Amino acid sequence: MKLDLTLNGRAVSDDVRPDLTLLEFLREHGCLSVKQGCGTANCGLCTVLLDDVPVLSCSVLAVRANGRAVVTLEGLQEEASAFVGFLADQGADQCGFCNPGMVMNTIALLRENPDPSDDEIRAYLAGNLCRCSGYEGQLRGIRAYLDSRKE
Amino acid sequence: MAQPQKDYKCVGKSIRKKDAMQLLLGKAVYMDDIVPRDALTVKLLRSPHPNAIVEEIDVSLACKVPGVVAVYTWQDVPRQRFAIAGQTYPEPSPYDRLILDRHVRFAGDPVAIIAAEDERAALGAMKRIKVTYRVLEPVLDPRASKDGPILVHPEEDWYPPCPVGGDNKRNLVASETDSAGDVDGVLDRCDIVLDRTYHTKAFQQAMMETFRTYTRLDRYGRLHVISSTQIVFHVRRILSAALGIPKSKIRVEKPRIGGGFGAKQTAVSELYPAFVTLKTGRPAQLIFTREECQIAGSPRHEMEIRVRLGADKTGKIRALDLYTLSNSGAYGEHGPTTVGLSGHKSIPLYTGSLEAYRFAFDVVYTNLQPAGAYRGYGATQGIFAVESAVNELAELLHIDPTVLREKNMVRQGMAMPAYYGETAGACALDRCLARCKEIFDWEHRYPVRDLGNGKVRAAGVAIAMQGSGISQIDVGSATIRLGDDGCYNLILGAADMGTGCDTILAQMAAECMDCDVDNVAVFSADTDVSPYDSGSYASSTTYVTGKAVERACEELKERLCRIAARVLACPPEELTFCGNCIRRCGTEQSVSLHDLAYQAQLNNTEAAEATVSHSSPISPPPFMAGMAEIELDKLTGQVTVLDYMAVVDCGTPINPALARIQAEGGIVQGIGMTLLEDVRYDAHGKPMETSLMQYKLPTRLDMGKLRVEFESSYEPTGPFGAKSIGEIVINTPAPAIAHAIYRATGVWHRNLPITAEQIALGP
Ligand code: FES
Ligand code: FES
Repeated sequence: MKLDLTLNGRAVSDDVRPDLTLLEFLREHGCLSVKQGCGTANCGLCTVLLDDVPVLSCSVLAVRANGRAVVTLEGLQEEASAFVGFLADQGADQCGFCNPGMVMNTIALLRENPDPSDDEIRAYLAGNLCRCSGYEGQLRGIRAYLDSRKE
Repeated sequence: MAQPQKDYKCVGKSIRKKDAMQLLLGKAVYMDDIVPRDALTVKLLRSPHPNAIVEEIDVSLACKVPGVVAVYTWQDVPRQRFAIAGQTYPEPSPYDRLILDRHVRFAGDPVAIIAAEDERAALGAMKRIKVTYRVLEPVLDPRASKDGPILVHPEEDWYPPCPVGGDNKRNLVASETDSAGDVDGVLDRCDIVLDRTYHTKAFQQAMMETFRTYTRLDRYGRLHVISSTQIVFHVRRILSAALGIPKSKIRVEKPRIGGGFGAKQTAVSELYPAFVTLKTGRPAQLIFTREECQIAGSPRHEMEIRVRLGADKTGKIRALDLYTLSNSGAYGEHGPTTVGLSGHKSIPLYTGSLEAYRFAFDVVYTNLQPAGAYRGYGATQGIFAVESAVNELAELLHIDPTVLREKNMVRQGMAMPAYYGETAGACALDRCLARCKEIFDWEHRYPVRDLGNGKVRAAGVAIAMQGSGISQIDVGSATIRLGDDGCYNLILGAADMGTGCDTILAQMAAECMDCDVDNVAVFSADTDVSPYDSGSYASSTTYVTGKAVERACEELKERLCRIAARVLACPPEELTFCGNCIRRCGTEQSVSLHDLAYQAQLNNTEAAEATVSHSSPISPPPFMAGMAEIELDKLTGQVTVLDYMAVVDCGTPINPALARIQAEGGIVQGIGMTLLEDVRYDAHGKPMETSLMQYKLPTRLDMGKLRVEFESSYEPTGPFGAKSIGEIVINTPAPAIAHAIYRATGVWHRNLPITAEQIALGP
């Protein structure tokens, strides 16, 4: 099937199988930040923005992105760089495999709600699993970033 | 023990991990980010039966599927048995594996290897392989395994490289009895003898990156393996044995690893693509699906532990008698060793007034998924049992369980007969418990509080220990090299799987060489390049490899002084290494490190690098205390962990931020196996929790407050006084939460996990 979309700001056209997932499509197109952890919409590792809305790309068909804009972490390096250093300061990156999905969802959160409470952060990121960090370090990092912005 | 009062520049500092920004910004650093496009996709056809013989297998149709390059069956692979457990040679684990075996032993055991140009072709071929099985009766109950009529490994070429009490004709992977003192006599004389049995399941590490390996032939025609592994050197040895090719023809490298927790201390995924590459000459990759990870991974050993605990009326614990039945599943990986920790790292916690102990175990085969190594490695199961029994004793005697522990627990300087006779050299367990009590506010939160709305709040406690490396076995090595302009390369064989060991080892090197951590470039791990390291497991990296780093730096300094002696034309004994220069004592003479680095490349015969291997005769245990406050819904059985407080003695925390994350991550994993993660089997012995939809990992919403503090001791044999932290942290949640649930409900739950349903159903 013919597929035209905007990927990280650039027009991309391809001919794809109807059952190709957006996750597979994105990795084939060099967006290696997009990870697969489960394939069943349970881990959040594959989170990308589809028309600015976070979606689980393992559970979205590539053709569904036809005519739309997809953004991965490759396309948001600057926006991410603003706060991921605070996560690094906590050592919360750990194995890193869950990081891109969590960073993408955090970006979505902060765009929607620039000043979230801890509970709002937990709720918004609830679908982003992390097996390494126990979550607290990630929260401390985001909190430190938010606090730094207030100063 | 008094801590050396030294102001370290790099050690003890919470610096960022060296790879942090790469990881956080999603750069291509993992195995499947670096696979070339033309790599073959490898898939495994797995047996649906738990015990069967492959009578016939017809791959002709499968081979005709466009894009399929090869399909291999048991007829195609070498006939020499081996073990895939990542352990030092000779492995304690029995040689009971073939790459593909005609006799399949669990629902998930591979029957055929398919190599194709892409995944679609491989999956298409999988459907077209015709297998005729002779289905045999399986043994699915570990209690019925030993000396039962069905043998999991009837083969004549089953081979144990070490004498560990195993016997394949009895379904025994290993068995042993160890004791000190007259246990039966002391138990007879005790006022109280508790006799309780505890049970834990085959929990999954569930690292976010599943097992995966990429293989290719390098420019010399050697097999180059890039695998998500904790054990590059063991993998090389295992592949050599399994494939029947010399080690000189194999190179194993690890990229960044998306979590391991012990799962990747077994060569779960390496054999198959390696075999394909050898046969076809083409690059090949195998990435486990999450389902494969759940049904054919390397989970925790299911254990049933009977504890007999003898005490007097005042709560003095006089005797402990443990029997562990461990279920190794279809193969024996890590079977003989995990079980040992269930006694040797639980009983010593009560060295205080213990007069006698006995620890016996059987490890049995069953036709279930084979188990392996998972953070805690048997200590987790044993500590759940012993700590629960101690809490039961406290409740029975109406003694505050923290007071009971104060009476009985191990303290610094005590010899621990049950811990291989080692002494608790550096032990702040008493301080950990006291501090935990204080910060958690135990006095006020231990009493049960009924909120009157169907909810009850209650608290529980546990203590724990682990080891720091495997004494007299583990080897850690480090090479440190001075580069052109005064920078250093630190080359390691340990495997950072996200824990940050690359960074903490660089911190140690920077401390020794008196330079900035940024001035130390780390490389790990590659069997062609790295000095030998047994790998990152058994809580060994900080303690064992860390010491190797410290010693390598000492040796390098001596070498640099010898090079400087030539430059300054003086005896090396008159020189002192001062970080950025080498100075001649009592003079103004010196040579800068920068100049020395260039001098080392000019008419020089002294290598400006040092490699040191280190091994330790002892394994100093880290200790900790954990306390949990829960809120329990009496109607639904729902348990919410409101607050978890842990105080850890890991010796000197080399990087407190990273140590804290280790603790937090381990505690949340421990909470998962206590309350959420279930493992149930269908009629074929296949786990029913085959996805992360069913296997419930803790999310952010499953955690209340989580607090971690450190109560440091100083371990003189460790680098900068450090012990270990990686594993111990998973050990307290299960007993502490089970205790709190008892306080809230009056029911002891002795089987993990303790699901809401079980709580609601009551005893
Ligand atoms: S891979 Fe998409 S949610 Fe897990
Ligand atoms: S950092 Fe490893 S899963 Fe989150």
